[in-house]
Amino acid sequence: MSGDAAGLGKGRATAFVLPALVLITVFLIFPALWTIYLGLTDYRLTGLSAANPRIVGLDNYTGALGDPRFRTSLWLTLLYVGGSAIVGQAGLGFALAWILRSRTGAVSRLVEGVVLLSWILPSTVVGFLWFALLDRDDGTLNALLHTPGFAWLLDHPLLSIIVFNVWRGTAFSMMLYSAALENVPPSHLETARLADAGVPQQLRDVVFPRIRRHVLTNLLLISLWTFNDFTPFVLTGGGPEGRSEILPVYVYRVALRDGELGVGAAISFLILLINLVFALAYLRLLRGRNGRREIAAAGGPHT
Amino acid sequence: MISLHDLTKIFPGGVRALDGIDLTVADGEFFALLGPSGCGKTTLLRTIAGLETPTSGKISINDTDVTALPPGNRDLAMVFQDYAIFPHMDVTTNIAYPLRIKKVPRAQRTAKAAEVAARLSLTELLHRRPAELSGGQQQRVALARAIACHPAAFLFDEPLSNLDARLRLEARTFLKRLQRELAVTTVFVTHDQAEALALADRIAVMSHGRMVQVGTPTEIFHRPATTFVASFIGSTPMNLLPARLAGAALHVAGATLPAPAGLTPADHLTYGVRPEYMDLSLTERPDAFPGVISVLENLGTHTLVTLETPGTLIQLVVPEGDEPPIGTPAWAVPRRALIYRDQTLHTP
Repeated sequence: MSGDAAGLGKGRATAFVLPALVLITVFLIFPALWTIYLGLTDYRLTGLSAANPRIVGLDNYTGALGDPRFRTSLWLTLLYVGGSAIVGQAGLGFALAWILRSRTGAVSRLVEGVVLLSWILPSTVVGFLWFALLDRDDGTLNALLHTPGFAWLLDHPLLSIIVFNVWRGTAFSMMLYSAALENVPPSHLETARLADAGVPQQLRDVVFPRIRRHVLTNLLLISLWTFNDFTPFVLTGGGPEGRSEILPVYVYRVALRDGELGVGAAISFLILLINLVFALAYLRLLRGRNGRREIAAAGGPHT
Repeated sequence: MISLHDLTKIFPGGVRALDGIDLTVADGEFFALLGPSGCGKTTLLRTIAGLETPTSGKISINDTDVTALPPGNRDLAMVFQDYAIFPHMDVTTNIAYPLRIKKVPRAQRTAKAAEVAARLSLTELLHRRPAELSGGQQQRVALARAIACHPAAFLFDEPLSNLDARLRLEARTFLKRLQRELAVTTVFVTHDQAEALALADRIAVMSHGRMVQVGTPTEIFHRPATTFVASFIGSTPMNLLPARLAGAALHVAGATLPAPAGLTPADHLTYGVRPEYMDLSLTERPDAFPGVISVLENLGTHTLVTLETPGTLIQLVVPEGDEPPIGTPAWAVPRRALIYRDQTLHTP
């Protein structure tokens, strides 16, 4: 391969790349570096430290890691990601895709439409819809279940935001798995059926080996999105008593409500590191031994 | 034994893929479903397998009604056109897959896979992955998987169509010998008449969801029941010439031939003669079609000659070296002909 396939020359090639590089630097790299810098200071929203921030070293980090409220928040976030993204969205999304595959009736179009609608509606609109659903006195859910006065958001705040996020985000997984399932040749499933394989065996032997990479990509994306999701704030505001205070909400509270921008920046950087660990773990799985084998197999027969 | 009784399949949207099929495939028989694409042959095979549900009718295998049974309970093995070998399993695991589902212990199923593989010359390949196999080897793995579970019948969907021409002939002979040795009832689908004639003990020719003719390859080749079968069977298509009955004489393409006994006038009379069943004469004969040679096609050992006769073209096959040059006046002498009355064979 030649070094200059497009034949642009160094000068023009640089000119083409430069605008993108500038944008990335201004909007991604600089804020990230700024966050790291802020995390090392006692910068505040108001007061003396707002005017003259001091470098405090790793105090913010040790402070955050030692704060039980941070650790609770981290734990809640992991529960939130595990419950709503990995189990909820991926599970329900796959189930819907599997049930609706190769069905073309009005019912499947309706289900797809409804699921997609919940995904494309703006967060604030959805937030108010769920408020109306879960309201203590006039809520739709209480009316349906004949449980007047039951305060869902107060008694089960974490469960509420998990169900809310499943409802909200399943569409992406459903669409991704629908596309992935098209890659499974019907004859392979039929071979399994003729061997009397049940649905769990068909999934294990035919479907999952084929769509493994789709599953990992999907899990990576939705867990990162969910980990950084701020929408639950619209429903519970992190409460009551921090029982639904996932990390993005915690950062918001520390940095903007309590005004401790330095601490907030430090926690943001910790979140970034956790995201990085997530991403690296998934990428490792994707590139694992089986992944390479799968690529070789997808290359088709060499006849 | 597979019996089908009044089997009908109507797809949503109203397409009648199978239209009252009655058929019995005997034990150990190698049976071909032959027809052009869209004739319902694959739907019929899939319905026997249980992958499609018939709209009405009955399917029995070895005298058990299986119409309502799921595919896995019919004791059948199917080889698909694309072989459907699982890419993430090695050859042994693929062959042993149905046994694994049947919960046969690992040692036993590995031994069985090795035994079947040996029979199909796959022993060297047992630890390979499907991606490392050629098309012919993949096909044998698919066959081995079908054989390993000792089914009541095999179903093959276009088993040879993914192989290249040379390999296809080899695989054809191999498949026929294998089926004879195993003596397992086999139904296979093909659109290739040569494949059906070569492999099958009996053939069903299908068109528009119906069976037009069921018979041995010889019967189907020598006495096609309709002009559709006549035009479909044979590597060079049969000449189907419009004919007119006048008293005891038949007027066909410029020739006057004696009409067979018992032939009565009809809207459409067709005179059918295979290119292989005609001789070329360079001298005028009263019982022959006069014309001028217009095209010569080399078939290797033979030449396909196209004769331009008044109003139509007639094709006949002559041995290599016997073909006169283009433009020569010539006469085609039929040796063996069939008369179709309104597209149906007239049996004198």
